[in-house]
Amino acid sequence: MQHFRKPKLTPNKLVSMKEAIADAVKPGCNLYLEGFTHLISFAAGHEIIRQQIKDLTAIRLTPDLVYDQLIEAGLVKKLVFSWAGNPGVGSLHALRRVSQKDSAKKIEMEEYSHFGMVARLLAGSSGLPFWPLKNYEGTHIAEVNPKIKSIDCPYTGEKFATVPALNPDVAIVHVQRADKEGNAQVWGLMGTQKEAAFAAERVIVVAEEIVDTSVIRRDPNRTLIPGILVDHVVHEPWGCHPSYAQGYYDRDNQFYVDWEDISRDPASYKNYLDAFVFGVKDRHEYIQKMGTDLMSRLKAKPRKCEGVDYGY
Amino acid sequence: MATDTAAQTLKPSERMAVRASQELQDRQVVFVGIGLPNLACNLARATHAPQLFMIYESGTIGTLPARLPVSIGDPTLVTDSLAIVSQADIFQGYLQGGLIEVGFLGGAQVDKYGNINTTVIGDYDNPKIRLPGSGGACEIATHSQQVLIMMRMSPKSFVAKCDFITSPGSRMDSTKPSPQLGRTRQEMKLPGGGPTKAITDLGVLEMIDGEFTLTEIYEGVTVEQVKQNCGWELKVASSLKTIPNPSEETLDILRNKIDPEKLYL
Repeated sequence: MQHFRKPKLTPNKLVSMKEAIADAVKPGCNLYLEGFTHLISFAAGHEIIRQQIKDLTAIRLTPDLVYDQLIEAGLVKKLVFSWAGNPGVGSLHALRRVSQKDSAKKIEMEEYSHFGMVARLLAGSSGLPFWPLKNYEGTHIAEVNPKIKSIDCPYTGEKFATVPALNPDVAIVHVQRADKEGNAQVWGLMGTQKEAAFAAERVIVVAEEIVDTSVIRRDPNRTLIPGILVDHVVHEPWGCHPSYAQGYYDRDNQFYVDWEDISRDPASYKNYLDAFVFGVKDRHEYIQKMGTDLMSRLKAKPRKCEGVDYGY
Repeated sequence: MATDTAAQTLKPSERMAVRASQELQDRQVVFVGIGLPNLACNLARATHAPQLFMIYESGTIGTLPARLPVSIGDPTLVTDSLAIVSQADIFQGYLQGGLIEVGFLGGAQVDKYGNINTTVIGDYDNPKIRLPGSGGACEIATHSQQVLIMMRMSPKSFVAKCDFITSPGSRMDSTKPSPQLGRTRQEMKLPGGGPTKAITDLGVLEMIDGEFTLTEIYEGVTVEQVKQNCGWELKVASSLKTIPNPSEETLDILRNKIDPEKLYL
């Protein structure tokens, strides 16, 4: 079956985070809010919580704090993931509260390894139903996840694991800079941003900076996501805090460390969400509320490269 | 003697980082994990292996961290790397492509075959403790030419059988049933070589004929102590080596240059 996709050609897709989330993230949808430590759109996650969009299937390699917050807010029906923790620090406590023996309420979980999740996106982004990988023999991962199957290689007869294509309803990708059409440039860690954008039905690009298309065109090798895939563009400086954006601001490690205590106790978790998510109307207010030292503490020191010559 | 002062305050984490660093050779391609493996690799780079080729799961190739990375995606890993690649490239090109010579792993449970559990304690569907899961561990264990395990010993972590196998060792064995139970790595056609050593806080276990055997202990540690902290009947090598305390110079680099804020030590 041929799957044609309609190019998204609107010249100006710039909207507020509130508008982008309200339009693209629907109750019950499959959400892929991307970011591998780097470029995690906490701004988008917090807006989803403010809009109380329920019954989400939250999908990502590393659920991180932002998915834990969606879980604590009661918005997640199912989690699809490969590593669920507070990176470099500890556990995700809301997730623990809905996934253990003594949990009063449980959410559905579907679990892969990182490679398995990446392979699912590779299939989804290239119009194939599955992707093969030499993995999972000698482990229980495939045995507890019936979606991991196997195939005999038609050339060698060797047996490989397969994972099914992942095509999220919506992918949210934070980038350093984009134009109003959503042509998006990224540097530093790239995670699965490109694959997620190609695999998803709808794409929201959130950018630290909105630049003129001529800026994008002067350095086309750096464009990871073409605007023809993108539905909405949101301008959200400091939109990743406490995660980071290379060249803009550092990871707020102290926040990740403090989060361990904030999130362990449901009462202090609620206080945090009340103050920093429900208690602010948008990202701008959140950053103001974080205090004046935030920017001076985390702002990146410049480290420019030589650039390249595209002449001919 | 100078080493006496250093030895008096020696911590288990320091012993592990120093001993693990000695396993690494210059120019080896290493898949580095955050925490103790990162300390071991950067100590090796600062001492006997200046050209150690470090790759991190987040996609940094030929990494030269200027500060201690606090997470696998720390921005310091990016700055000055030889290349930054997507995660598709990391798992397909670098790991499955067979480029990784040494991988590091740890976990909540390990058995005598080097199978590791980072998924659940207890029953999978109704776990006592939900752990983070595989991340890249399963593929590191599957594809690395050699795996070094770094874990502190206790009867709860060095177990007779893992509750769940996230990362494959030399032979499949677990409390959880599986059609593969009892099969060796070779029989399951796993591409990588599997775990070769476990660097612990008490000594070193070596994979000999597919089973971890105690071959080295630190100064001041007894075989009885190691056995008490192991959940299975641990084999002990007849020619047991004693690991000397690290030199003052090595400890100084580790304490004051690699992890001055004592994040992992």
